[in-house]
Amino acid sequence: MNLTRQEIGALNELCRQCRRDVLTVLHEKQSGHPGGSLSVCEILVTLLMKRMRVDTARPGWAGRDRLVLSKGHAAPMLYRVLAERGFFPKDELHTLRDFGSRLQGHPCMRHTPGVDLSSGPLGMGLSAALGLALGLRLDGSDARVYAVLGDGELDEGAVWEACMSGAKFKADNLCMIVDLNGVQLDGPVEQVMPQGDLREKFSAFGWHCVECDGHDVAALCGAYEQAEAVKGRPTVILAHTVKGKGVSFMENKNTWHGKAVDDESYAAAMRELEGVS
Amino acid sequence: MAKAIRDAYGEALAAYGAQDPRVVVLDADVSCSTKSAVFGAVCPERFFNVGIAEANMTAMAAGFAAAGKIPFVNTFAVFLTSMGLAPARLYGSYAGLPIKLAGAYGGLSDALDGPSHHSLEDVAVMRTLPNFKVFVASDEVQAAWLVKNAIEDAAPMYLRLSRDVFPRIYSQDESFREGEGKILRDGADASVLACGLMVSNALRAAEELAKEGISLRVVDLFSVKPLDEELVVRCARETGAIITAEEHGLYGGLGGAVCEVLCREAVCVPMGAVAIRDTHAECGSYQRLQKEYSLDADGIARVVRDTLRKKR
Repeated sequence: MNLTRQEIGALNELCRQCRRDVLTVLHEKQSGHPGGSLSVCEILVTLLMKRMRVDTARPGWAGRDRLVLSKGHAAPMLYRVLAERGFFPKDELHTLRDFGSRLQGHPCMRHTPGVDLSSGPLGMGLSAALGLALGLRLDGSDARVYAVLGDGELDEGAVWEACMSGAKFKADNLCMIVDLNGVQLDGPVEQVMPQGDLREKFSAFGWHCVECDGHDVAALCGAYEQAEAVKGRPTVILAHTVKGKGVSFMENKNTWHGKAVDDESYAAAMRELEGVS
Repeated sequence: MAKAIRDAYGEALAAYGAQDPRVVVLDADVSCSTKSAVFGAVCPERFFNVGIAEANMTAMAAGFAAAGKIPFVNTFAVFLTSMGLAPARLYGSYAGLPIKLAGAYGGLSDALDGPSHHSLEDVAVMRTLPNFKVFVASDEVQAAWLVKNAIEDAAPMYLRLSRDVFPRIYSQDESFREGEGKILRDGADASVLACGLMVSNALRAAEELAKEGISLRVVDLFSVKPLDEELVVRCARETGAIITAEEHGLYGGLGGAVCEVLCREAVCVPMGAVAIRDTHAECGSYQRLQKEYSLDADGIARVVRDTLRKKR
């Protein structure tokens, strides 16, 4: 699926708008995670708007592709894109983290249409996505499962247990996307827990490995397509991103992992994300 | 000859699971011990051995459940309820996915392997998780029913099983219901509310105590959650003394559950507890451990006598 220049332009414009809206809600609520929401933006936009087969009128449709946002703290961006796709009204984003809201602090499958699996605690989503993929395969379904993980999350040992199982069971309907933004809560990934050569690691665990610019919508779509063509083993897309992408003073700063957006920063961020329209 | 609980479980899993294509079975490299391998031999395409990776196994089960399957998750009780706890909480308890955690080798049944392999906290741990149901098998017939029930009831569940042979209590056609205890022997002086192996130990204690003129009621509370609260209260009111008996630590298990009900209902009767008291055990034969930690019939009888003294 090659994107036209027009499609690329429209997706980039949507991403800019999503970033603005997410920061607006985080500023309004004085709560939530900006850094990882901004880095995962293009990944979620391309998956939900271009790649995944879903039916917003029937969120539980058995034939749908599944999305597991294992880095559940990026929920604000997930909700923004789910609303764009049509799972619920965009106005509802302003209820984020409110008591009684369908939009919980971390994704909850019981509350939110379009959320296929609850998440929050890191390190479990890939295993659950694998179970989903194998369950779908037992039914002869051609649906695909996408698991989005953070790079800090790769510290969790269970991720690597899941990698071994994914290769053993030849889960070629499973695609993991790692939002490689290089920064975790306490600091740079390289300092908190060096991860070495991830491409070599995932390859050694039996996965097909693709690398791309995680802010390049065309490259991401190409990577999803490549993943679907690979048979007999799962694919991991190492999507190189920037934490806090789009707001210069938030970029690559661990301090913006889960910090509330103050008035001054919010105004400055909105100026940077003004765009042309 | 009675059958080991694990054998009854494995055979039931194979029998019921083969008939229902929704059933999938996961094991963490102990399927020859848990007997989930019996299912694996019959339905290899629905059997997933994930290696020694309990957290991954439990989270994978959640994914299967989200795809409409009924996953049975198998390993030793102590590892399942520790390494598997985080995904059990997120996906089973919070998300409500119907994962069926089958804790093999419950209590002291892996006696000779020692305390690292004993499971004396599992019932307490799993009972605290909202939405989880908790059952403790007291004989082979009930163990088989628990498998059937787990397939029929779309709730997350913890089944506490055992490595060992338990004396046979029930006839093959016995019927059970969740949340419904079984009065196995009636008596007027005190009630032993037991689960698991302790049910048959309590029945033997009742025989002994009868010789001393003590009339003991014995109840199988295999359904620890939901608990038969009405029966618990009724036993306290009708017999005037309650003794809980479990192959488990003192805190938070069946005894805790019974106390919570009686306190809430303000039913104040003398109580005794047969359980392991805030300690790990040691290795030794299963029989020897039961004797050392006063879980055998003699141990139960002693606690009954002590409790009855408080009654007078």
